[in-house]
Amino acid sequence: MSERASVPKEAEETESETEQEPVTTGAQSVIRALENAGTDYVFGVQGGAIMPVYDALYDSDINHVTMAHEQGASHAADAYGIVTGDPGVCFATSGPGATNLVTGIADANMDSDPVIALTGQVPTEFVGNDAFQETDTVGITQPITKESYFAADSDTVGDDVSEAFALADAGRQGPTLVDLPKDVTQGETEVEPGRPETPETYEVPEEADDEDVQEAVEALAEADRPVILSGGGVIKANASSALREFAKEYEIPVITTMPGIGSFPEDHELSLEWAGMHGTGYANMAISNTDCMLAIGTRFDDRLTGGVDSFAPDAEVIHVDIDPAEISKNVYADYPLIGDARNVLRQLFDAMPRAPDADEWRDQCQTWKDEYPMDYDTPDDEPLKPQYVVEQFSEMTPDDTIVCTGVGQHQMWASQFWEYTEPRTWVSSHGLGTMGYGVPAAIGAKLAAPDQEVVCFDGDGSFLMTVQGLSVAVREQLDITYVVLNNEAVGMVRQWQDGFYEGRRMASEYPWIPQFDKLAEAFGARGFTLESYDNVEETIQEARDYDGPSVIDAHIDPGENVFPMVPSGGDNGLFALNEDQLDMI
Amino acid sequence: MPGPAPDERMRPKGRRNTQGIRVDPEAEVTHEPRQAVLSALVKHRPGVLSEVSALFSRRQFNIESLTVGPTVDDDTARMTILIEEPEPGIDQAKKQLRKLVPVVSVRELEGEAVRRELALVKVSGEKPDDVNAVADMYDGQAVDASTDSVTVEITGSKQKIDAAIEAFKQFDVQEIVRTGAAALERGPKTLEKDV
Repeated sequence: MSERASVPKEAEETESETEQEPVTTGAQSVIRALENAGTDYVFGVQGGAIMPVYDALYDSDINHVTMAHEQGASHAADAYGIVTGDPGVCFATSGPGATNLVTGIADANMDSDPVIALTGQVPTEFVGNDAFQETDTVGITQPITKESYFAADSDTVGDDVSEAFALADAGRQGPTLVDLPKDVTQGETEVEPGRPETPETYEVPEEADDEDVQEAVEALAEADRPVILSGGGVIKANASSALREFAKEYEIPVITTMPGIGSFPEDHELSLEWAGMHGTGYANMAISNTDCMLAIGTRFDDRLTGGVDSFAPDAEVIHVDIDPAEISKNVYADYPLIGDARNVLRQLFDAMPRAPDADEWRDQCQTWKDEYPMDYDTPDDEPLKPQYVVEQFSEMTPDDTIVCTGVGQHQMWASQFWEYTEPRTWVSSHGLGTMGYGVPAAIGAKLAAPDQEVVCFDGDGSFLMTVQGLSVAVREQLDITYVVLNNEAVGMVRQWQDGFYEGRRMASEYPWIPQFDKLAEAFGARGFTLESYDNVEETIQEARDYDGPSVIDAHIDPGENVFPMVPSGGDNGLFALNEDQLDMI
Repeated sequence: MPGPAPDERMRPKGRRNTQGIRVDPEAEVTHEPRQAVLSALVKHRPGVLSEVSALFSRRQFNIESLTVGPTVDDDTARMTILIEEPEPGIDQAKKQLRKLVPVVSVRELEGEAVRRELALVKVSGEKPDDVNAVADMYDGQAVDASTDSVTVEITGSKQKIDAAIEAFKQFDVQEIVRTGAAALERGPKTLEKDV
């Protein structure tokens, strides 16, 4: 028996556990570990090496969603983890099954999303022999997971899964993987998996040092131009309420990062919405000119900072993060506070001596809001503007509507022109920028929150990458509205080619794409087409009313680009408002 | 959007360097690289070395040497890693190492730590007495000899071994193997979980 399996269980077991049959195989132990951890859904694809695990799943109450491609399984699990806060689980067989999961695992790793990947592996006697459907899955995934386990023994495989589960959820969330050789899952064992516990070497800081907090709040209270920068970590730590209380009490303007969308209500007067490459002009002006930044749960990604040499250069930085390695990795932190965002916000709230004297600064921020409103041209005779579609949809739906996206121009419009007020309603691929994320992510999101409305904005290029996932949405009868903002191009690439490559549109135009409304119908979904301003609301309403997946093929102005824009490595305060200004910066 | 164009906007006064540290706007400040000896206790299990070395290669840390071996505890191995990086990089390397699940503890050893590496040098066997004489100068010893070759073992600091190899070049060096540094803190300090 393994060391971990001998961890004593709670003295009183719950009723459901006492009813469970004892495990007899490694595979049953795997499934038992997932049950113990409270897994409701698994997203996966069957295959030879994972078959024993599926066989054990046959007797379990865990719901399995068969995906059309393993990449979709990992994205669906990722979205499920974002929406629920608990790890999403995906299964794949060995070899190509496992490698197809890799994109979704890397995506989860970049965005710190909790995902557990369980992969079949060839029997241990064949490992290393280049057997049929063998790949070194642990080797491939080690750099993109918190930890990848090779399960070597039927007696300990359940513990490996338990530990992987606990680790994915602990501290800074992220993906873990357990590789399951077929003989290990087929092998006999009577060992029940232990409770989900993180490995002893993994320590999670809970609260920041009180003295450090004191120094930080004194700096913040002294500031003339304070801002809060709220990252995705605020949402993951369930710290949105604490953030709202803190910002409102001390009247500090709040900027979010793109993954932090929803952590602070965008309709609040203190909100400057989100900053970065395509963030609002006012957020980027405030970022550029602040003299004290309270940054929480952000890793200062380059799409946020632009060039670090010009990033908030006047600001003393207070950096709150649960991962010590994020402190001073990209931007030097004058006041590092290591701990759980919710706890640290509470500490900051209690220690803050007074609100900063920042009336003038807030007025300045308001001036920037007036000067750089998020706007676009909508003459009726022009082709349909994508921003209008997003804006209308946003106005028609409840606050807790979940928006998923693919990656590209549509993703930016969906983040700029939808008004987000609640955490866990923005589901997107940030760090990895994975085209094709949208279709399967919406499936994971809908299953995670069946009572909430789910809309997915996608681009024609991004949608085509995982369109086969529609078959899953149809089979599961998931009420999702997909909106393809169709400009017959990979629009963001084309925008860059026009801006930075003298308009040489190499391989970025897609005039051969299918009719997405008909494609939707072929899959068994409802299809709609939008070509003008006349029937936008009506079409959206019809698609929303349809009880199942629907696809709106919105033919948008192919000349429309995403602005404001901070060119890669640029200075946030020097964002361009249009193509002409790109030449000025 | 009617707001001022880029060149007419409110601008900050400060600046940072490329490492994200605020610096005097008038002066260029960068951190010079320095050598650091990191010592890490890790779980003694398959894959740990690849996990650590992959971390260093992925994050582009400039690694000088890496040695690994067992300790008195069967479950634990100890790694000595020499890196040459500017200060923020060294700090980042330590933090990233600590994040790895099989890593029990990490510490940077102080400058005066005991550092040793081992080299085996195989040279031509034509002048065995002369080879021995040079080996003696570096406290080395011949560990294998044949009619055609002599293999000498040398232990010591990197500088000493560099110098010894330089001296052996006069005998037609045929092969060299070096271990990279192993290091321990001077005095009673040890690397425990909680340091």
